[in-house]
Amino acid sequence: MSGLSLNAITKTFGDFNAVDDVSLTVPHGTFVCLLGPSGCGKTTLLRMVAGLEEPTAGSVVLDGADITAVPTHKRNLGMVFQSLALFPHLSVGDNISYALRIRGASKAEQAKRVEELLALIDLPGFAARPVAKLSGGQRQRVAIARALALSPKLFLLDEPLSALDAKLREAMQVELRQLQQRLGITTIVVTHDQREAMTMADLVVVMGKGKILQAARPIDIYRKPADAFVADFIGMTNLLPAEIDKAGRTVVLDAAIPELAMPSGMSKASVSIRPEDVHLTAPGNGVLDGTVSFVRDLGGTIETFIDIGGTAIIAVATPRERPNVEVGQEVGIELPAECCVVVKS
Amino acid sequence: MTARLLRRIYFALVGLFLAAPLIVVAGVSINEKQTLAFPPKGFSLSWYAQIFTDPEWRLALIHSLTLAVCSAAIAVAIALPLAWFLWRRIAPWANIFQVLGLAPFVLPPVITALGFLSFWATLGLFGQFYTAIISHGIFFVTLPLVTLSLGFASIDRALVEAASTMGADDRTVLKTIVLPLILPYLVSGYAFAFVLSLNEYIVAYMTIGFTSETLPIKIFNSLRYGYTPTMAAVSVFFVVVAAVVFGAIARFGDIRKLLGALGTQES
Amino acid sequence: MRREPPRTLADYAPLAFPALMLIVFFIVPFSTMIAVSFFKRNPASFYTPDFVFDNYERFLSVFFGSVLAFSLMLAILVAVCCVAIAFPFTYLLTKCGRRTQTVWLVGLLSVLSLSEVIIGFSWSTLLSRTAGITNLLVAIGLMDQPVALLPSFGAVLTGMVYQALPYTILVLYPALVRLDPTLIEAARTLGASPPRAFFNVVTPALRNTIVATLIMVFVFALGSYLLPQILGRPSNWTLSVLITDQAIYQSNMPFAAAMAVFLVLISLALVGLTLLVGRREHAL
Repeated sequence: MSGLSLNAITKTFGDFNAVDDVSLTVPHGTFVCLLGPSGCGKTTLLRMVAGLEEPTAGSVVLDGADITAVPTHKRNLGMVFQSLALFPHLSVGDNISYALRIRGASKAEQAKRVEELLALIDLPGFAARPVAKLSGGQRQRVAIARALALSPKLFLLDEPLSALDAKLREAMQVELRQLQQRLGITTIVVTHDQREAMTMADLVVVMGKGKILQAARPIDIYRKPADAFVADFIGMTNLLPAEIDKAGRTVVLDAAIPELAMPSGMSKASVSIRPEDVHLTAPGNGVLDGTVSFVRDLGGTIETFIDIGGTAIIAVATPRERPNVEVGQEVGIELPAECCVVVKS
Repeated sequence: MTARLLRRIYFALVGLFLAAPLIVVAGVSINEKQTLAFPPKGFSLSWYAQIFTDPEWRLALIHSLTLAVCSAAIAVAIALPLAWFLWRRIAPWANIFQVLGLAPFVLPPVITALGFLSFWATLGLFGQFYTAIISHGIFFVTLPLVTLSLGFASIDRALVEAASTMGADDRTVLKTIVLPLILPYLVSGYAFAFVLSLNEYIVAYMTIGFTSETLPIKIFNSLRYGYTPTMAAVSVFFVVVAAVVFGAIARFGDIRKLLGALGTQES
Repeated sequence: MRREPPRTLADYAPLAFPALMLIVFFIVPFSTMIAVSFFKRNPASFYTPDFVFDNYERFLSVFFGSVLAFSLMLAILVAVCCVAIAFPFTYLLTKCGRRTQTVWLVGLLSVLSLSEVIIGFSWSTLLSRTAGITNLLVAIGLMDQPVALLPSFGAVLTGMVYQALPYTILVLYPALVRLDPTLIEAARTLGASPPRAFFNVVTPALRNTIVATLIMVFVFALGSYLLPQILGRPSNWTLSVLITDQAIYQSNMPFAAAMAVFLVLISLALVGLTLLVGRREHAL
C-alpha cells in the first residue's frame, strides 16, 4: 500500500505513556495535521515517524515496508524543526544543499538544486547569505527548502510556524498548503493551533493524553466532533448539559428539543452548538430566555454573551445580521436541532 | 553622581593593585644598565633581545614553548572525546572521568606535582622531557574539558537531528556539524591550556626540574643569584602572551559566555 | 538528537583514550603517592618500599602543627580579603557595558594565568628597596630614604591576595551576572538606595555563593607554594612550601607524600563542603 501507516504505536517514558496505542493510516499525498494541547503526545508521535524516538511498541510502515528499526538518516524524509535548526555555521545555500553534499553530489548539481529550491520558496539569489542575516519568515522558508532538497517521501514539520507573528503565520499556512499540493508529498504537521490545522490539512488528527480522539476531514471535525474535548478544542463552541426527561424528550438546559435524538443507552450527555448557529430572537420566541451579559463587537463579527441561570451561551453574528442588543436586555434564544451535536461529556 | 565617582575610584584602585607590580617590572625591564632601578635609568630593549640571544634563556624559552604546545595538544586530545562522549551518550558512570579531569585543577598543585614525581621516579623515567609534557597534559585537561563541555551544551540538539533527517550518520554529523560548531571552544580550551602550561612552575619543576629548565624554572633559579632585568623582560613577555591570547579569544569568541555569563541552552 | 546509552563496543571507543590517560597518568600517580607516604626514606634513591606510619607520626609534632595552623590561618585571611574586595567589584563589573566587561575579563585572565614565579618576582621588585614603591614615596617627599618591605608577613599576604583576587572575581562572576536585576529594581522602587539595595538584597540572596567562593579561594590559597618562599621569612612558610622543600631539597619523598595526603584530605573535605553548599543553593 502506498502511504504511511502507524500500527498500535506506544511510547513510554518511565511510567508515563506519551503515546498510547495509536494507529493511523495516511494515504500517499495527504496533508495531515496532528493537533492537540501541549503534552498530548503529538510531537513524540512525529519524532517516532522520523526515527528520532524509538517506539516502545508498534510499527511504522512506509509504502509497505516496515521502517520501525531503520535509523533516521536512512529514512529519506524531510523535516522542519520547531527551532528550525538551520546550521548557524553555513550559508543559506550550504544549508539547502547539505543533504546533497554529504551524499557526494557534484558542485554543479548542488548549485542547480539550490537555485531551484530558492526559486520555489521565492528567495532567489539568497544562496550566499549567512542564515543569521535572515528575517523570521525567510528562515522559515529556508528550513522548508532544505527539508525538500532530496524530494523526500515524507515531509514532517514540528510546530513550524510557531515563532512567526500572527499575520506572517497565516500567510505561510496558505503558502505551505499550496506548496504541498504542487509537490503532492505526504506531509505531517504538528500544531496546537486549530486554525492552522483547518487551513492546511486534508486530515486533522486531534490528540489528547497520548491517544487519537478523532481523525477526520477538517469540516467533519468542526461539524461532527467526536466528544466534548474535540468540540471545545476546535473552534469556539457552547457545551450545554443535556438529558432525557420523563416524556423521553431530549432537554438542553431547560429547553426541550424533541427533534434531537440521544444515542441509545445514554441518559446524560453534552450538546455542542457552534456560536454562529445560536440565533437571538425576542424573549419568549425561542426555546430559552436569558439576559445579555456582554457584547463584544469585533467589527467582522459580533459576539453576544447570554446568561441563562448561571450558564453562559455565546452567539456570533455577522454585521449584516447584527442583533442590536444591550447588556442587561432580555432575549430569546433559538437552538436549531440540526446544528446540535450530542457528545459524551 | 557620587555613586558613579565612587565606582570609578574603586575600579581604579583594583586596577592599580593588579597592574602595579607589572608596571614596575615593565619599567625595570628597560633599564639601560644591569640594575633594577625604578623609575628606569636610561632606555634599552637589550634585555628583551637577551631572551633570544643568550643561549640559556633561549633554551628555556624553547623548552617552555615545546612543553606548552605539546601538553595543550594532549589536554585537548583527552578532553575532546571525553566531552563528546558525555554529551552524546547517557552514561552516568562515565562522569567519574569528568571528575578525574577536573580534580588536578581543584587540588593544590603541589599534590599533583608530587604525585607525578613519585610516579615517574618509580618508573625510573624521572627527568625525561616527555614526562613533563604528559604531566602537563593531564594537569591542564580541566581547561579544554570545561570549555568543550560548555560548547557541547550550547549546541542545539535539533541541529544534529536535522542533519540525521537529511541522511547524515553519526560520523558525518560529527564532521559537518558538531566539529565546526565546537571549534571556537576547542581553540579557547587549547589556548587556556597553552598559556597556563607556559606559566606553570611546580609540576614542571618536580618532573624535569633537575635536567632542563623552562622559563619559570629559569627565573626562579636565577632569583637566588640576584635579580636581572632579563627576568623582568621575560615576565613582561609572559604578560603580553597571555593578554594577546585571551584578547584573541575575546575578539573571536564570546569570553563572557566562556566564563559563564550566559546560561547554557541545554535541550 | 536521541541521547542513548552506549550499546556496542564501538560506542565506547571515544572513551578509551581519555580513560586510559586519566587512569594511567592520574589515578596511578596519585596511588603511587599514597603508597610512597608509607615508605621509608632512602637518601641515596627516592625511597625504600615498606609499610610504616613514621611519616604520619612525624607530622604530628608541634612544629608541623604550627605550620598547619599558620597555613590554614593564612588561607582564611587571603580568602576573606579576596571576597571582601572581589564581591562588590564583581557586582559593579556586571553592571558595566559589554565592552568594559570584556576588557576587564581579559586582564583578569592574564593576571590569573601568570606564573607564581613571576608574581613573586614582580612583588619582590615592587616591595624592594632599589626599585620599589618606597622610591616613589621618597620622590614625592613622604619618606627620607627607600626601604625594603620584604621579607614580611604583609608581603606574603599581599602577594597571595594578588594571586587569588582574579580567581575570586572569575568564580563570582557567573553567579552575579545571572542575578535577577529586577530584584534590585524592586528594592529601589521600595525606596532603597543603591548601596542599601546591595547590602540588603544582593548580599543575602547570594549568601551561599559567597560561602562557596570563600571555600574555593581558601583551597586555592592553600596551594600557594612559591610566594611564601619568595616574599616571606621561613616562619611564613606554609604546608605547600614544606612539601616542596621535603620532596626536593630534603630528599624525603615519603614524608612529603604523607603531608600531601593530609593536604588532599583537607582540600577534599572543603571541596565536598562547597558542593554541599552549592546543592543547597540549587535546592532553594
